[in-house]
Formats: sequence, C-alpha cells, structure tokens
Amino acid sequence: MSNLGVLIDAPILLLQLVVSGILVGAIFALVAYGMALVWGVMNIINIAQGELVMLGGYIVFYLDAAGVHPLFGIPIAAAAMFAFGLALYRVVIRRLVDRDMFVSILATFGISILLQQLANQVFGADIRTLSSGLPNLSFDNGLISIAGVKIVGFAAALVVGGALFLFLRHTRIGQAIRATAQNARAARVLGIDTHRMYAATFALNCAICGAAGGLVAMTWFVQPYLGLTYTLRSFMIVVAAGIGNLPGVILAGSGFGVLEETAGFVLGSQYQTAFIFLLLILLLIGRNLLLARQRRYLK
Amino acid sequence: MSAVVHDGSVTTAAMPPPADATEERRRPVALLEVRNVSKCFGGVVANRDISLDVPVGSITGLIGPNGSGKTTLFNSIVGQHPIDGGSIRFDGQEISKLRTPTIARLGLVRTFQQTHIYGKMNCVQNMQISTPQRCETLMSMLRRPSAAITERAEALLDFVGLGPKRFVPAGDLSFGQQKLLEFAMALMNGPRLLLLDEPTAGINPVLINGLVDRLKRSNAELGITLLVIEHNMRVIMNLASEIYCLAHGELLAQGSPDAIRHDPRVVDAYLGGR
Amino acid sequence: MNSLPRRRGVALLAAIGVAGVAAPWVAPEIVTQLAFLWLMILFAVTWDINGGQMGYNSFGNVFFFGLGVYICALVQRDSGLGYYQALFIGTALGALGAALAALLLGPALLGIRGHYFSIATLGLSIVAADVASAWEYIGAASGMTVPVFPGAIGDRSRFFYFLLFALTAMTFLAVRALYATRLGLAINAIRDNEDKAEAMGVHTTRTKVCAWCASAFFLGAAGGPVGNLVGFIDPRDLAFAGATFGVWMVLMAVLGGKGTLWGPVIGAVIFHVTQELFWTYLLGWQRVAMGLLIVVIVVFFPNGILGWLAHARHRATRVASKQAQGV
Repeated sequence: MSNLGVLIDAPILLLQLVVSGILVGAIFALVAYGMALVWGVMNIINIAQGELVMLGGYIVFYLDAAGVHPLFGIPIAAAAMFAFGLALYRVVIRRLVDRDMFVSILATFGISILLQQLANQVFGADIRTLSSGLPNLSFDNGLISIAGVKIVGFAAALVVGGALFLFLRHTRIGQAIRATAQNARAARVLGIDTHRMYAATFALNCAICGAAGGLVAMTWFVQPYLGLTYTLRSFMIVVAAGIGNLPGVILAGSGFGVLEETAGFVLGSQYQTAFIFLLLILLLIGRNLLLARQRRYLK
Repeated sequence: MSAVVHDGSVTTAAMPPPADATEERRRPVALLEVRNVSKCFGGVVANRDISLDVPVGSITGLIGPNGSGKTTLFNSIVGQHPIDGGSIRFDGQEISKLRTPTIARLGLVRTFQQTHIYGKMNCVQNMQISTPQRCETLMSMLRRPSAAITERAEALLDFVGLGPKRFVPAGDLSFGQQKLLEFAMALMNGPRLLLLDEPTAGINPVLINGLVDRLKRSNAELGITLLVIEHNMRVIMNLASEIYCLAHGELLAQGSPDAIRHDPRVVDAYLGGR
Repeated sequence: MNSLPRRRGVALLAAIGVAGVAAPWVAPEIVTQLAFLWLMILFAVTWDINGGQMGYNSFGNVFFFGLGVYICALVQRDSGLGYYQALFIGTALGALGAALAALLLGPALLGIRGHYFSIATLGLSIVAADVASAWEYIGAASGMTVPVFPGAIGDRSRFFYFLLFALTAMTFLAVRALYATRLGLAINAIRDNEDKAEAMGVHTTRTKVCAWCASAFFLGAAGGPVGNLVGFIDPRDLAFAGATFGVWMVLMAVLGGKGTLWGPVIGAVIFHVTQELFWTYLLGWQRVAMGLLIVVIVVFFPNGILGWLAHARHRATRVASKQAQGV
C-alpha cells in the first residue's frame, strides 16, 4: 500500500500506468471478443478461454526457442490453435451446444482443468519468458518507461481485431456466423449449416486466443496456471460491455487494463486475481441493482 | 371428491369454502382503479392514458386486437415493470410503486398467456406452494404442508378436472392442462382480484364451456373479482358484465357486452380499416 | 424429491449407519480415506440444497467450509481452552460464523441469477484464498497448524472419522427433513420458475438466503474437524480449495443426480472412490485424469446416474407396455 504514496507523490506515474493499461487492455479485449463470439453464437461460456491463451503462449515460446521470432510465431500459433479448436469442437463442444448453460460451464471448466494440468505435466510448472528484443521507450528522464513490446503488442492486437472485424462483416462465412448468432433456426432454414458455423466460430475463438497468447508470452511470461485470470477478465469485459458491442469491448478492455495496472502497482501482484474477482462481483451486483430499479434482472 | 367432466359441463361435488366472500360485497368502491396509465418501451407506446375500473365482485373483460397493449397493461397492474405515468389503486391503496411479490401478497394475482407452472413438481406440490403467503414466516414454512392445505389443494384440482393427474409432474401435462393447473394455483392463492390472460386460449373447444362455468363459479362462490383478457368473443360476452376495448395502446370503448358488440369502432378495430 | 418409499429409505439409512459405525474396525487402514468419504458426501449434499434443489449453482460454497476451518483453528489457538472443549466450541462457532456470512452476503449475491451467480460465487472462494494467503494473523501463505491430538495416533484418525460421520449423518437427516417441509417446496419452486414464485407472493429472497445459510452452516461445521484431521491448514489447498473441493462439490451432485436426495450421496461415493484409485494408480497424472473425468461426467451423464437410471426404467416400461399392447 506504500506504493499508493508513491503514486500520489509522482502523479506522472499514473500516466505511465494509464498508457500501459490501455496497451495491455487491447490484448484483454481481444480475448474477451473471442469469448463474446462463442457466447453470442453458441450460447456457451467458455471457461477454458484462458487455457487456450496459455497454449498459444507456449507454442510461441517453443517456436522462439527453435529460432522463430515471436512476431512470426504468433500467426503460426493462431493457425495451430484454429486446428485444435476444430478438433476440440468435434470431440466435446458440439455436444454442449443445445444444452443448459450450466452444463457448458461445468464442461469447459473440466476442459480448463484438463489443459492446465496437462500443460503442468508436459511443460513443467516453471515460468517461461522469451525476449522480444524490443527496447523500452522512456520519457521524462527515465521516470516514465513504456516497454516497446507493449506498443508492438497493442499494434498487433489492433491488427488482429481489425482483421476479425472485416472478416465478420465482409466475408460470406463471417456473415453466416453472424446470421447464426442472431437466429440459428432461421439460418438453418435458409441453408446455413449451423454446425459448421459453430465449429468455425469456436475454432476462430481458439485462433484469437492463440494469437493473444503469443502476445502475452512476449509481453510478460507463460506458465500453466495463467489461464484463470484471463478467463475472468474476458468474462468481466463481456458482461460490462454487452455481447454484441465491439467498441464497448475495446473500451472495457482498456478500462480494465488501466484498473489492473494501477491495482497491481498499489496493492501488489499477489492480490491481482482477488482484485479482478472483487471487481467482477461488484460489477454484477451493481448491474443487478440498476436493473432492479426497472424491476428486471441480468439474464 | 371426484370431478366428472362431460363435454364442457362439470358435475363436481361441493366446492371448497371461500375466504371471506360476504365481506367483499358490502364495499361499494372499485377494487381496482386504473387512472391514466401510460407505458412505453423505447420508442414504442404500449399503453397511452388508460383508465378503467373493476368493481368489487364483478367480472370485467379486456379485449382488443393483437398488439393493442392488453398484456402490457396487466404487467403494469401487477408491478412487473414501472409505469411511465398515471396511478393504479387496489382497494384504495396505490400500488404502482410496489413490486410484484408485494402486490401478490395484497391479493392481486395474475395468470399468464404462456403457462407458468413449476415443471418438476407434481400438481399437488404446485398447489401446496401456492397458498397465500402474506402471513408466512420462516417458522411457519418449516413445517410439512398441513392436511388442510393438502385437502384444499386436491379439492381445487378436482374442481378444475385435474384430480386424476395430481401426482403427475406439472411439466408433463398438456398445454391445456397446464392452464387449468395455473388457474387452480391462482384460486389456491386466495386472491381478491384475479387477472386472467386469455384463459381459454389453447383449450380444447369442447372443454371451454366447462372452464367458463368454473370461472363464473369462482367469482360467484369464492367471491373473486375477475379481470379477463380474451380473444374469444363468445366467451367474454357470456362472462363479463363490463368490457373495455383497447386498440393501438389506447382505450377505444367501454360498456356492457351488448353495447360493445354493436360499437362500430370496436368492429373496425378488429377488422382493420383505419 | 424423495423417490424411495419411506420404509426402504429408513432401512437403507439404518444399514449405512451400521456400516459407518463398524468401518474403523473392519478396515482400519483406510480410516482417513473413509473419513474423507463422509466429508465428500457432506459436500455434495450441502451443495445440492442451493444447487440442484434451488437452481443456484454456486461454485463458491467452499468459502463457507474454509471459514469454518479457520474459525475453529483460531478458537483452538487463542482461546486457551482444553483440546476437546476448544475443538467442539470451534466447530460450533465455525458453523455459526459460516451461516452468518451466508446471511450477510446472501441478499446481494443471491439477487444475481443463473450463470452470473455461478461465476460470481467462483470469485468468492478465490478472493478468500488470496486474502487468507496474505493475512498474517491467520498465518498467511504458511497457513496454520492445529494443536496436537491428546491421544494415540490410531485413536486420532478414528476420533475424527466418527466426528465427520456424525456430522454428515446429521446433515443428511436435516436436509431430508427440510425437503419435506413447505420451505423445501419453496426452494423447488424457485428452481422451476422463480418469476412465477415471485408473482405468487412467495418470499423468494428469504427462502434463498435460508437455503444458503443451511448449506453454509453444515459446511462450516465440517471445517474444524477436517482441519484437525489433516493437521495443517493451507489457505489454498485445504481451506479455500476452490479448484478442488469447490468444483468437486458440484460434480459429485451432478454425477449422482442433482435435485434428488440420494443422488449427491451416490455421486460422492463414486467420485471419491474413483479419485482414490486415480491417486494410487495414476500418480502424477491424476489431476489430468480428473479433468477428463469431469468432462466425461458432464457430457455423458447430464442428469446424473439417478437420472440415467430413471430414464432407462422409463424406456423399459414403455417398451414393456408396447409389447403388452402387441405393438
């Protein structure tokens, strides 16, 4: 908490936290958008979202160890995770599609534990870092320092996000996915193979997570248990922004990024997960109270 | 006590005794007074400036073509959403700021167009949980359902003709049977005013007479005031003593069944035209 | 709710009671594992009160268990009482403390519905684990130790076995009684159609909080005994073990058949036995196998074992009646 004093003494540090948070928030927003996609199209809340990010991170890490620069590793990780997503859909996810959401939460929780423990056994519990070889930018005589990798990460996130947006809006598959999300039965009647759309959507989400995982590995590190916080962040961003709301997701992502960086600085990183969850609980209670004045509730 | 339902008429044994029917008939004011109630959803005006009175002990009808705002008005009355303007008084008490459970405990209950019952519980259990809740405390809830409650539950189930199905899970009943169950549950709740949203929709035409008869008996013998939304003109003309007609969210006409039946505006509203 | 005819149910209970009492002498090597079996049954049964019976699928009920663990340990450490007095008072205070927590948090959290509730409650146990890991007064990440048991080692396991057996038996009987009351009906009504229950005037908030307090009470009571059985309290791995106990509670009830009286019991037994087998034969990979098991249970037994049995029986009677009709 003494860091709070530091913050008050040198408010310029807040600027660093804000900028850092926005940059980092782009990565969060990406993962959140993937979750929103699966939630909106298939009505499944993917608790294993964070583990997919973790796997993407490990792919980029091992590629880097083999000599492939992370920035090239990221598209490869995305492609690999796309294939993984198709397989996972075929084996498990397709059986969850028409069921109660509780079932999908439990099942994806199981998948998350499975992937997490598998990673722990296969990759080991050590934290893995990779160096992106990018410099830190510093301003104001070194008082403000922004990691170059975060700027690159931000740019990469924007590129991926933009590509995603264009894909959904302008390609036929993208439009078919959006149609399925709005009304699956109508889409089926009109000849859209909804199961292929669901598979494509889920695989797309896995690819997004793979790419984001690479960015995470570049910016911080990977370890088998980093999944949960990403799942929670994504869930919070989606709940805050609303499922169909892309600009909202970006805004919420940035907002949470800033909040987290600040809290991490003031409270220390061991409270990070707790902070996120507390925020989530307060968000849900607050949302509910607001709706209650209209005599409605969060559905 | 068994219910034998021949094509539409009921030959049950005695109906379960009413709450306090004679008390009601002495009070002269309207049980429900709706004054200038308006409600919009986003840009759509669902109800504009609606006023109606439901006299105590009466059966009042609410008709109008689809989309005229009848169910919205019901939802407003029972507190499912806040109203944008106007007042709603139940037995002299302003209820427009109250929530649904509170209003229900005051004695104002409604049934739904799409049936709402407790699917995994059987019919008797559905009834047992539908007793009036206004006096219930935690301690009173920690007892088994009393023999009196169970008897009344079974009697009411017989009354609506669901006696043989009383141990069937409610979710396994047909749509029409669920409607009857919902009606029985509403009676079990001992309301003073019952809002019925299209009670005969989805019921086998052969059984409609029987249902209308039961509605009349619940009014006459149990003293329950009824406000009924109906599309079936034959039913509502037979049932109600006063009818209100809505169209496009506004009150179009009101009067006795005869007056309404011959009102050209009502005919126009149903057949289109303007 | 109780599909067994009364006499058969009582006979089954009596049989289990006898087996439970005899077990430590019949199988003394696995007394500790059996003690944990009773704990698992308690976990599943308490979860089902607000989960399968009420429709509020909480992933954070282990929070109440952890509260009980710590409250009892604190009483044992700081009260200066003798071993047994401290243990029993600690257990009682643990139960009451947990119930109080449910009473305080209930109105806000139980106003959140559906999957939002599930994820919010997941947060409860995680926040608690983090806070407990950093709070020096209760030992922070190093946890707390409990006082040494005043008796022989063999007696110790047996003592806590019986304590947990008694606790679980009380829990089961209390829950069984609860489901026969009107409050039990209200709980089910909330599950089946909460909007309808509200529209019929049922005191839904009061009912929901009450159900959660009941779960919390018994979970809190179990905390002290378990903490003492293990001998050492770790905030993340024992007290607020969200990723293990917290999720297992849900799974065991789902496996056996949520919303039934015996389902959670059956689920707990099968789950615990499977888990012990995994630990013995798949060491190193037991958690991976757990994850796989979870997926298999949820995907292929959505209605649990009891539901699957009922479905099979239903199909058999339909086939039989068709044959009888000469179809």
